[in-house]
Amino acid sequence: MKTFFAVLGASIAFFLTVAMVGLTDWDRPPLAVQQNGFRGTAMAQVHTREAVEDTRDANLAPAPADPAEPGEELAGTTYENVQVLKNVSVNEFNRLMASMTEWVSPEQGCTYCHNTENMADDSLYQKKVARRMLQMTQHINSSWKENHVGGAGVTCYTCHRGQPVPANIWFTQPGPNRPGGFIARNNGQNMAAPSVGLASLPYDTLTEYLADKTIDNNAIRVNATTALPTTKGKPIQDAEKTYGLMIHMSEGLGVNCTFCHNTRAISNWSQSTPQRTTAWHGIRMVRDINGNYLEPLLSTFPPNRLGALGDVPKVNCTTCHNGVSKPLNGANVIDAYPELAKSTETASAADPSPPVTPSPVPDQPAMPVPTPQ
Amino acid sequence: MAMLSFERKYRIRGGTLVGGDLFDFWVGPFYVGFFGVTTLFFSVLGTALIIYGAALGPTWNIWQINIAPPDLKYGLALAPLQEGGLWQIITFCAVGAFSSWALREVEICRKLGIGYHVPFAFAVAIFAYVTLVVVRPLLMGAWGHGFPYGILSHLDWVSNTGYQYLHFHYNPAHMLAVTFFFTTTLALSLHGSLILSSTNPGKSEVVKTPEHEDTFFRDTIGYSIGTLGIHRLGLFLALSAGFWSAVCIVISGPFWTRGWPEWWGWWLNLPVWR
Repeated sequence: MKTFFAVLGASIAFFLTVAMVGLTDWDRPPLAVQQNGFRGTAMAQVHTREAVEDTRDANLAPAPADPAEPGEELAGTTYENVQVLKNVSVNEFNRLMASMTEWVSPEQGCTYCHNTENMADDSLYQKKVARRMLQMTQHINSSWKENHVGGAGVTCYTCHRGQPVPANIWFTQPGPNRPGGFIARNNGQNMAAPSVGLASLPYDTLTEYLADKTIDNNAIRVNATTALPTTKGKPIQDAEKTYGLMIHMSEGLGVNCTFCHNTRAISNWSQSTPQRTTAWHGIRMVRDINGNYLEPLLSTFPPNRLGALGDVPKVNCTTCHNGVSKPLNGANVIDAYPELAKSTETASAADPSPPVTPSPVPDQPAMPVPTPQ
Repeated sequence: MAMLSFERKYRIRGGTLVGGDLFDFWVGPFYVGFFGVTTLFFSVLGTALIIYGAALGPTWNIWQINIAPPDLKYGLALAPLQEGGLWQIITFCAVGAFSSWALREVEICRKLGIGYHVPFAFAVAIFAYVTLVVVRPLLMGAWGHGFPYGILSHLDWVSNTGYQYLHFHYNPAHMLAVTFFFTTTLALSLHGSLILSSTNPGKSEVVKTPEHEDTFFRDTIGYSIGTLGIHRLGLFLALSAGFWSAVCIVISGPFWTRGWPEWWGWWLNLPVWR
């Protein structure tokens, strides 16, 4: 019996070892490492040269459409039911519609959004969503230009990449369907969820931190700001949620923690890289997009587009970034489409959502002012 | 210099690896040997360069003195002295000094006719150091991947290097290394407490023999590894800790560039339930 169990145990150990070595997608040199801190601090982005090339090729920006012929006619007067792009010339308007088809529904074509019998018809939900997305794109390119997207801008392609539904959207995780039993609760963790890089960290951290536009600006910060405790502080579960969100951001941008933080003092702004400020605003931008542009589309989306809990598809860092720190390798995509660069949204816009009031600059004076450590 | 009564017996000529009789003598209680000379050379030069590097730096605060490796842009080439070149020479001196010391231990073992356990154990520590500052930088393509020489700065390096892989506790070799380190301390505490208690008996009691020691552990945990075995076990545990430390860092970067939690995808990908 003893021999039997010894042989059994040794066999299991042997096969697991073979599995863990053989099934793992190991990397190998040569590496392409980018240093982003003082020498010797180990602040560096570590990738294989092969992975850098693959990622670069997978994130090439499409060539912009040929410039439109100049024309006086405005889309708003020529076409019926034009709400967002009224003041764009007909030629520009048609050029953008053709580009949008390439960016979003190259296989499905115009009919993905339009009833070709009557192009002005709003009967397809896709058209209503697309209209709101146009407003969102304009909003991102104008209100978030300074603090997050910079001069590069975004177009539909930044997220859609030739697919009607962007590859990297997310829904609130319903968690395991276990009404009872030996492990009735899992505290919202230990699921090896892709959103937290397969760690055991809380798997629904995105809902907590990216879905709520009214969340407290300091919700993510868990480090104490004083040397000695003055309050009870935040529980360790909050630290794990923050850790989960940070892993999501790293995975989404294809970087590691040292892209933004010098981890000797993670919370200290004065020791962080400039990218951390951009990321800080990015978190607010994602909340703005989710809260003001996607949540209001709840009644527009058909049920099959909603999540398990009936929530709208939402964006996170990966939606735009797709594994690179600058989406589409930092290519300037907006200059060729000036109609997407400024907001045309007015209070009379057809969509019932409240007018967007971005607050890229935080109200709280405490952020991102360096905290003394 | 005075010699202990039994020491003359161990001062045996021969057993040198290189140099024959040239350095085969003692200075006071210390055996010299060819490798004693090279140890002295490398350690004095290396230490002097560290002090020189500290003098060039902004502080004499012992905690903050930092001699950092070169920028990654220098790759595997030599860097200017004040921009990491010092680190490169100091690293060379350190490897030279550590290896010389290990070889001097080998010569002493040969003189005494004992096994090479001591130099072997020390060699595992050297192996871990060389992995950190030579092998891994070579594999990653730049000396700048070595750790800086400074009390606090090397800890900052450890922290950032861990966070390069998002969550280093998921590194399987790190798990093994940590487990071996803790098990080493557990075994040492069990053994140390046993020896202290058996050699310090209560008043009017006699010092206990290994039979008592064996019986104690057979009663408490069902097994006693024995007086010789505990030292073999201790050596194995300690060397395994150092060995897996070296493995855990050399796979981080050269053979795995993503977050370590992701590595465990192999479990989710087992053909049984994939």
